[in-house]
Amino acid sequence: MMTRRLLLAALAALIAAPAAGEEAHPRKLAVASTSILADFVRNVGGDRIDVKALVGPNGDAHVYSPTPGDAKEIAEAAIVFVNGLGLEGWLPRLITASGTKAPVVVVTTGVPPRKMPDEEHPGRSVTDPHAWQSIADAKIYVANVRDGLVAADPTGKAAYEANAQSYLAKLDAVENEVRTVIAAIPAERRKIITTHDAFGYFGAAYGISFIAPEGVSTDSEPSAKDVARIIRQIRKQKIPAVFLENVSDPRLIEQIARETGAAIGGKLYSDALSEPAGPAATYIDMMRHNVHEFAKALRGPA
Amino acid sequence: MLYVWLIAPFAEFEFMRRALVGSFALALGAPPVGVFLMLRRMSLIGDAMAHAILPGAAIGFLLAGLSLFAMAGGGLIAGFLIAIGAGIIARTTALKEDAALAAFFLISLALGVTIVSVRGTNVDLLHFLFGSVLAIDDPTLMLIVSITSVSLVILALIWRPLVIECVDPGYLRSVSRAGGPAHIAFLALVVMNLVGGFQALGTVLAVGIMMLPAVISRFWARDITLMIGVAVGAAAVSGYAGLLISYHANLPSGPAIILVAGALYLLSVLFGPVSGLVWLAVPRRHLEA
Repeated sequence: MMTRRLLLAALAALIAAPAAGEEAHPRKLAVASTSILADFVRNVGGDRIDVKALVGPNGDAHVYSPTPGDAKEIAEAAIVFVNGLGLEGWLPRLITASGTKAPVVVVTTGVPPRKMPDEEHPGRSVTDPHAWQSIADAKIYVANVRDGLVAADPTGKAAYEANAQSYLAKLDAVENEVRTVIAAIPAERRKIITTHDAFGYFGAAYGISFIAPEGVSTDSEPSAKDVARIIRQIRKQKIPAVFLENVSDPRLIEQIARETGAAIGGKLYSDALSEPAGPAATYIDMMRHNVHEFAKALRGPA
Repeated sequence: MLYVWLIAPFAEFEFMRRALVGSFALALGAPPVGVFLMLRRMSLIGDAMAHAILPGAAIGFLLAGLSLFAMAGGGLIAGFLIAIGAGIIARTTALKEDAALAAFFLISLALGVTIVSVRGTNVDLLHFLFGSVLAIDDPTLMLIVSITSVSLVILALIWRPLVIECVDPGYLRSVSRAGGPAHIAFLALVVMNLVGGFQALGTVLAVGIMMLPAVISRFWARDITLMIGVAVGAAAVSGYAGLLISYHANLPSGPAIILVAGALYLLSVLFGPVSGLVWLAVPRRHLEA
């Protein structure tokens, strides 16, 4: 008897808690799948919206395993933003399971998708979900975020539209900056060998070739043959820079760089933002940081 | 043709030459220690020690990041502490030395895993467990070569008590008090060589380059000096052949080296002149006379 009453009380408390929170907090809760999406929502939503990112800074949205807390946040959310294009395979089930009634906005709606080679099935290709790496596509994201917020909270229409407009103007400025930085690199040096697969949209939009090391699997220990092949490829194609974070041992990358004369690139941010104190705390910071890392490595001996 | 297969990879690529020098240095230092471990029936001690080194390396990593000397220094300190601790417990309590070491290395391993995971970086534990012989840079090479040199000198100094203790520990105790210090110095050698080896091969496989050549040598020689010669030779051949196989057959290098040593071991079990299975099967003529 006692336990049943306790359980009922606990249930009642659980049901009551979100409602009480809403009263104390007039701002609506938006849940975004990644920290980058959350940044867009924060910029457009301004002070009318609280934003939670399911996959936090430095997390990997491809392989994220959701927690019960995530389902709770989705259930409480007024609106949910997802990237789509196959990035968050784990998310649809989580949304269904949470029983949320919030609208789900796919922010890549209207983005022309690119294909990329399938890592698990060589020879086949899959849709590349990293569309935010092109600032032109990021602007489509922002427009979708704006429309979603307006639909979910019509009273804030004017605020969302004004916020979006000023943020889109900032994105235009960053895009100009990216183009200027890359224009300063000699055209024949705009080649990078990298195991990152996230820069397809960036490369297509701004004219840098991202070359994958031939036949090297990134998750297993490289054999002597793998290393020899990368070195030959860098020499033959005269690639000025290597960004090989995924190779397990940093000393191995230094070894490759020493033997080929290629510059070693710094840390890049592609799928998630850094911690607030880091070099890529916002989307705009991330794009600036990455393009300067590329330029630093590609500029060559001054 | 032979040149393309056997020499060209080393001529073309600096990383192959470094890997080769590194494995030759290891082949000089570790196998002699392994021979003594085997003769004193302590073959599995190397394995326990390798795991004991992990938390030291992890603490070094925690303090200084992926710094070679912090990690090697941490590994040395942890290894020495555990060797000495196990020695003291074995001499003062009812526990035997192998049991004391087993207890210490299990605690130590769990501690190491905990420290690495609490830090929660994307440098995973496999990094510690399987180093890369392809990634040997100048400081690493210097470290391995220094460890080998120091190790050979110490081995020469404690050679006599070590050999006597292998044969007849009671006799050594009756004529000299060098047994205790020599034993400690010897355990220190084990730790040092494992720390050197784990820069190149990782903590797990470093034991392989120490023990496999030693047990191979048992099938080819009866004399300790000769055994050590055979062990060093087998280790060097494993290093060279393992790197070539890794290069041509596209296999990870560390395991390739140890697998070559493993193949040599199986051949020795079968065909080794000292108690090899094939020789035992052949009836001995001189007994018939």
